Amino acid sequence: MAELRMQIDGREVIAEEGMTVLEAALGAGIEIPSLCYHEKLEPFGGCRLCLVEVESGGRTRLVVSCVYLAEDGLVVRTRSEKIDKIRKTLLELLLAHAPDAPALQELAEEYGADRNRFEKEASFCVHCGLCVRYCAEVKQKHAVGFIDRGIGKEISFIPEIAARECPSCKECFPLCPTSYLQAAYVLVEGLAFPP
Amino acid sequence: MPQLSSPADLEQLRQEILSGRDAERPCITLCSGSACLATGSGAVAAAIAEELEKQGLSDRVDIRRTGCHGFCERGPIVVIHPEGICYLQITPEDVPEIVARTIREGEVIERLLCVDPSVNEAIVHESEIPFYKNQTRHVFGSNGSIDPKSLDDYLAIGGYSALSKALFEMSAEQVLEEVKRANLRGRGGGGFPAGRKWEGSRDAPDEPKYVIVNADEGDPGAYMDRSLLEGNPHSVLEGLIIGGYTIGAHEGYVYVRQEYPLAVENLGVAIARAEEHGLLGENILGSGFDFTVKVHQGAGAFVCGESTALMTALEGRVGEPRPKYVRSNVKGLWGKPSVLNNVETWANVPLIINRGADWFTQLGTEGSKGTKIFSLVGKINNTGLVEVPMGMTLREIIYDIGGGIPGGKKFKAVQTGGPSGGCIPEELLDLEVGFDELTEAGSMMGSGGMIVVDEDTCMVDFARYFINFLTEESCGKCLPCREGLRQMHKILTNICEGRGQPGDIETLEELSEVAIEASLCALGKSAPNPFLSTVRYFRDEYLAHIEEKRCPALSCKALISYHIDPEKCQGCMICLRKCPTQAIEGGKRTIHVIDQDKCTRCGSCLDVCPDKFSAVRKISGEPVPPPLPEAQRAIAGKGKADG
Amino acid sequence: MDDDRIDQIIDRHQGEASSLIQVLLEIQSEHSWLPKEALTRVSERLEVPLTRIQHIATFYKAFSLVPKGRHQVNICMGTACHVRGAPRVLDTLQDLTGIQPGETDADLKFSLETVNCLGCCALGPVVEIDGTAHGKVSPSEAAEVLKRYE
Repeated sequence: MAELRMQIDGREVIAEEGMTVLEAALGAGIEIPSLCYHEKLEPFGGCRLCLVEVESGGRTRLVVSCVYLAEDGLVVRTRSEKIDKIRKTLLELLLAHAPDAPALQELAEEYGADRNRFEKEASFCVHCGLCVRYCAEVKQKHAVGFIDRGIGKEISFIPEIAARECPSCKECFPLCPTSYLQAAYVLVEGLAFPP
Repeated sequence: MPQLSSPADLEQLRQEILSGRDAERPCITLCSGSACLATGSGAVAAAIAEELEKQGLSDRVDIRRTGCHGFCERGPIVVIHPEGICYLQITPEDVPEIVARTIREGEVIERLLCVDPSVNEAIVHESEIPFYKNQTRHVFGSNGSIDPKSLDDYLAIGGYSALSKALFEMSAEQVLEEVKRANLRGRGGGGFPAGRKWEGSRDAPDEPKYVIVNADEGDPGAYMDRSLLEGNPHSVLEGLIIGGYTIGAHEGYVYVRQEYPLAVENLGVAIARAEEHGLLGENILGSGFDFTVKVHQGAGAFVCGESTALMTALEGRVGEPRPKYVRSNVKGLWGKPSVLNNVETWANVPLIINRGADWFTQLGTEGSKGTKIFSLVGKINNTGLVEVPMGMTLREIIYDIGGGIPGGKKFKAVQTGGPSGGCIPEELLDLEVGFDELTEAGSMMGSGGMIVVDEDTCMVDFARYFINFLTEESCGKCLPCREGLRQMHKILTNICEGRGQPGDIETLEELSEVAIEASLCALGKSAPNPFLSTVRYFRDEYLAHIEEKRCPALSCKALISYHIDPEKCQGCMICLRKCPTQAIEGGKRTIHVIDQDKCTRCGSCLDVCPDKFSAVRKISGEPVPPPLPEAQRAIAGKGKADG
Repeated sequence: MDDDRIDQIIDRHQGEASSLIQVLLEIQSEHSWLPKEALTRVSERLEVPLTRIQHIATFYKAFSLVPKGRHQVNICMGTACHVRGAPRVLDTLQDLTGIQPGETDADLKFSLETVNCLGCCALGPVVEIDGTAHGKVSPSEAAEVLKRYE
């Protein structure tokens, strides 16, 4: 496999062809924040927290590192004034949904995100998609999926499938950064599981 | 139906059709685009057929139901050939007179003609009507001459000669060169050079390749693609086949929004006709080139107009866009090289092949060549579809062609580019229309929607309207777009409802920056444009809403009150009766007073108060004057007639 | 809608998963809504997870997962109609029918939807009922128009 030499935050990092910038960075012990990345799942590119600046062919631009493929000669910066400002606002938007989520507290402190910046939203779901994707890609049971779009988008269990598969599985539960998943499951268990 | 198996066959058929047509034979053409159908052209068509039958003229006079003529404000439109007499706003009741006088006697019926307001003269011929005179209808003009369901009509005006030329007289490289030299830029929104896009696919070492027509046309207020597909579907097909030939694609898709049933129908008919004649399918015209087309309908999602989302929808999935780190002309539909272009872009291709890049580049500005079809709608006198050369100024389009603003109202702004675009204010009306020119002014060409607004439109509410639209149309996958727009909409709604706070504009600007920098696709990246452009040119309106709780346009319901001026009210009781919440107190010859607690600001009283009294007014940012004491409300009458 | 009819539609599209949306559009068009049984059948025949079908049926606004009323009332909320006063007409329609866009009334008489641009901008505001476009509708006229439908 071809070896790709990149520079991340001034350090040389060797990556394999087909790796994403995020995978290469994590492999070299460089931290990049992310909410929706999971090593067992296909890249999602939803939370945008893993944004980095890349320079190649004389062009500099912001890309999402969990999706962007490593390139030979790529120069990557994981922090900058612009990146930090964007991450701060993204975190504030997340905190409007789940101000107490443990997964967000440390990041909020690091980037100076104000949990009260935006009016609180009713739903804890932060749309990381981990539950949906894990059930589809790893377990291949498709017991939970997304419905609708835009600001109406939500996760939704299919009661018949969930009743059959979830009681003995629940492997997705620890993945949810806000515990919204567990609450949604309890509701569908109580209201919609077949008798 | 013998298949056409060579260019000679095609030309022979064309000559047969032309020689069988008599240019002097009377023909009544009737616009049958969706807008005219909505104003009743179906009933007019039936009436014409019936009247001709009654008068024994059915075998001497033709009827041709054509595609959209573009002058939608004045439909249904009838043009009598060979004279070219144009009648507007025809009803079935007008038909007997038209047949008796114009068809039989050759007389022109004055009352049905267009009157040019500047000279107060009636105009006989379509081409002389100011609306049309100032246009350059290279792409759209044919709509008026052909029945979209007839391949013969398309052949009669030279159809498929470009395809024949491309397949037999040019190599694929030569076609590509011509399209590149013409600098044909995408007419759907991005304005990306089509030639460069095609070249990328042509060079991509992967198969199979695809060409796709984006007929989703999601921008509200834009309907030129609809009218092109309904009125001249063959022109789009011809362009698509040429594109396939150029990049080496043998399969094409047309993705049409399902809200356009007539376009889907006419496209289906066109494909069937073309297949029957060997203009689609295997070995087209005997060239050895195979090409088939499939039609896919959309299912109601604006985001599917975005090219990667469209391709995902073609794959039978939800229309979630994909990152464009690898361009879709290299990895597109099913991960294969795919050229996606807009309907109007494809329709320009046969023209470029037939008349050459040099001809095409005669029109336009430095960076924007050729013509563009705009849908001119909103607060404008001559609503319709207009085709003009790039470089014409907004002022010329809005005033010379559009006829200016109705009701004597003042122009405020023209919104271009749909929900991804922005507003251009009066001081920039001399801007030459072009891709780069509009982008520099803070808007964009987009698909060509041009929405004119006047002094009664609140620009803050206008921005709120677009952001609201996008919160529902966003696919919802990425955070900056979904959550950013959610919060932007909340803040803008608060501002419109009198709850604006200092710092709101700054917060909106920050959310805009995040959406632009971090969104996954062009929907999110361009979503802040309506806000950014209105705050750039109309900041004073935002500040009035936030600091004074005042809506300068007197539009935002929560910030306005209706007031009946006691000096003008004549006690006629019209508004009192019309008020849906019985909020008006008063009686005959007694000054009417609106109970502000009951008033829902529906505006009915303002609508119905007779012009000669004009006693109702809207106020904002100031308290409603206290009502006169009851004792003083009697109106001294001198036998004045009630309204 | 019975399974046979659904199977016919699926077979016409060669049972390809990429035709999923086209299949659902045909079922919607014939039946006016998508019952759960239809979705389950499509899921089995096309070998596509039900979650994907459910997402498609809710993502795309052409589909309805609930029965529709006898009369479909669509009000255009496109930009040109908005500028000519469509929101006021929508308020009136909501008051008159008692339902919000996306809903059907309890008598299954009216279903109300907002649509974005019917392409009749010269007629704005436009209300389309059962495919017939009524142009230049004011709030007070909206009541008159609705009365004509049983």
